[in-house]
Amino acid sequence: MTQLETLREHEVIFPSNPKDELLRADRLPHIWCPGCGLGIVTGCFVEAMRASGIPQDKHIVVSGIGCTARIPGYLNLDTYHTTHGRAIPFATGIKVANPELEVSVIAGDGDLFNIGGNHLIHALRRNVDLNIFCVNNFNYGMTGGQFGATTPPGAKTSTTPYGNFEASFNIPYIVAAAGAPYVARWTALHSRQLLQSMLRAFQVQGLAFVEIVSPCPPTFGNLNNFNDALAMMQYFQNCSRVDDHADLSKVGLSMKPPDPIVVGNFVDVKKTPYNEVERNMIQSALGRSK
Amino acid sequence: MSLKAQTLAGEYFMSGNLACAEGAIAAGCRFYGGYPITPSSEIAEHMSRRLPQVGGHYLQMEDEIGSIAAVIGASNAGAKSMTATSGPGFSLMMENIGLGVITETPCVLVNVQRAGPSTGIPTLIGQGDMMQVKWGSHGDYEVIAYAPNSVQEMFDLTIKAFNMAEKYRTPTFVMSDQVVAHMTSKLVIPTPDKIPIVNRNRLTKLNSGFTPFPYDNDFPPMAVAGDGFHINVDSLTHDERGYPSLDNSVSERMLDHITGKILNHVDEIVETEEYQTDDADVIIIAYGSTSRSALRVVKEARQKERRVGLLRLITPWPFPAKRIEVLGERVRAMVVPEINYGQMEHVVREFASCPVIGVHHPAGALIPPQKIGSALEKLQ
Repeated sequence: MTQLETLREHEVIFPSNPKDELLRADRLPHIWCPGCGLGIVTGCFVEAMRASGIPQDKHIVVSGIGCTARIPGYLNLDTYHTTHGRAIPFATGIKVANPELEVSVIAGDGDLFNIGGNHLIHALRRNVDLNIFCVNNFNYGMTGGQFGATTPPGAKTSTTPYGNFEASFNIPYIVAAAGAPYVARWTALHSRQLLQSMLRAFQVQGLAFVEIVSPCPPTFGNLNNFNDALAMMQYFQNCSRVDDHADLSKVGLSMKPPDPIVVGNFVDVKKTPYNEVERNMIQSALGRSK
Repeated sequence: MSLKAQTLAGEYFMSGNLACAEGAIAAGCRFYGGYPITPSSEIAEHMSRRLPQVGGHYLQMEDEIGSIAAVIGASNAGAKSMTATSGPGFSLMMENIGLGVITETPCVLVNVQRAGPSTGIPTLIGQGDMMQVKWGSHGDYEVIAYAPNSVQEMFDLTIKAFNMAEKYRTPTFVMSDQVVAHMTSKLVIPTPDKIPIVNRNRLTKLNSGFTPFPYDNDFPPMAVAGDGFHINVDSLTHDERGYPSLDNSVSERMLDHITGKILNHVDEIVETEEYQTDDADVIIIAYGSTSRSALRVVKEARQKERRVGLLRLITPWPFPAKRIEVLGERVRAMVVPEINYGQMEHVVREFASCPVIGVHHPAGALIPPQKIGSALEKLQ
């Protein structure tokens, strides 16, 4: 046995990147900017998907429009890149029509909390068995960094040159209030915790929601005193505080060091998902099993 | 009527909206995503009762935007899917009608037209969405739209709309109106073996060189979510692999395909009904409820020995351009009564070489036959 074969035997080196089969390698390189957190999120997702034990063929990913919405296009799965804000109702249609599928929505904060806000709260209320991974970069990155519902008050963006006049949404608080049985938040720095949260999301029966705080260096970062991508990652490193039992009314983000970024697995409770409620009620009303 | 029955067969006394819902069930619809709106709500109500009986799903969404998104999602998961709405909801659906078109997703949209613009008169008839159905979503596309004029056609044409949606992999439309929808009359439902049903050409086996969107094939098989083909279905302009592209030649191939798959088969899709047109020197072009008023006008004119005929648009879209061209060469004039301010009149004018007279009627009531009659009088 040659040295090379020995190394392969012991899985020290691989013939190809083990993630290749999970990605559409022919679509790379990706479109994201240097320092963007989306590569980390993509990596975590494919690792979690592989570790989930759910067959690759049964993982479905739906997205709307925006930088984050480009993630599914790089995944070697059945992927649906739909319209702005409408990923959740589209995914709801898939899941209700075929409950056997493991349906995830990967979307940005603008997609989910601005244009798609109504769909989001209603999916949470219904408790459709979806996994929603929300990458929050505090602005509309793809269109050039305009402010949105998650932009902290006072923050500068390309449409708040004098600072943001509006209040911002506290994502975990809203999502928990609307009824999600699983709510977590991590930053792009917390790749191991994020992977574990994604895995948990696949297991949760019902709507699992994970917020991922992520750097957007050329727009939000640049205008808000994060001089480069590393500066924001350092903020994540220095000021993140893990607190699974945090008072969610107090976890809104200012994105001003040294204000804390509270992260953790905030909610994890049992709640019957939509498909099961639907099936049970119809079986009991019609008096027959399907 | 036993609603426990899987599918109905026999003679019934039913409203247009219920006939539409039963047509959908008979066509194999197993997913309804919708939002209640007058005068279409009875379709939602009936589907909420009937779909669970046949193993389908009724999903009431938060708005019409979510409804059509869910319908397109469910169809991609393999279910024959539909929604029903009226003007305001139809306006909200425009965005994702384009999504259905570009992703080549079969689905059926029923628009029970009411008076507009805006909220208009929710409980009364309009025909003001006839151009919107063709042009309302941005970008270039073609549609297949039916305009039923009876309870029976609410049933029959809903089935046809499903068949065409599945065959052409595209959203199709039933452009009904409040009067046809709320009209109650005899409905004959054939036994299932007598109802022609088209199911999509569902991809089952991965062949080498497979592409999910082969633009040289008007009827490509459709890969369904979870079947293992790992397809990318994209709202962006995409190539044969489903991959987004900025290349103008890709845009051309894609647009040629999504328009061509309908335009290349117009003769197979177009349906009209003609009454006393053989010797007519004036022809009324009408559709939906208005065609019922027009029929009376033709009968009355014939009693006065005037050579008036009726051409009814069963498919306003694609438009029967060839037939209008032929008839336009032969007749003195065409009269187009509509419960709008002249929508299909424009299209008739585009293809008819004879004078075209629009009879415009404000939304909120049927056109009185006398109003069409006086337009004919002026031609004498």
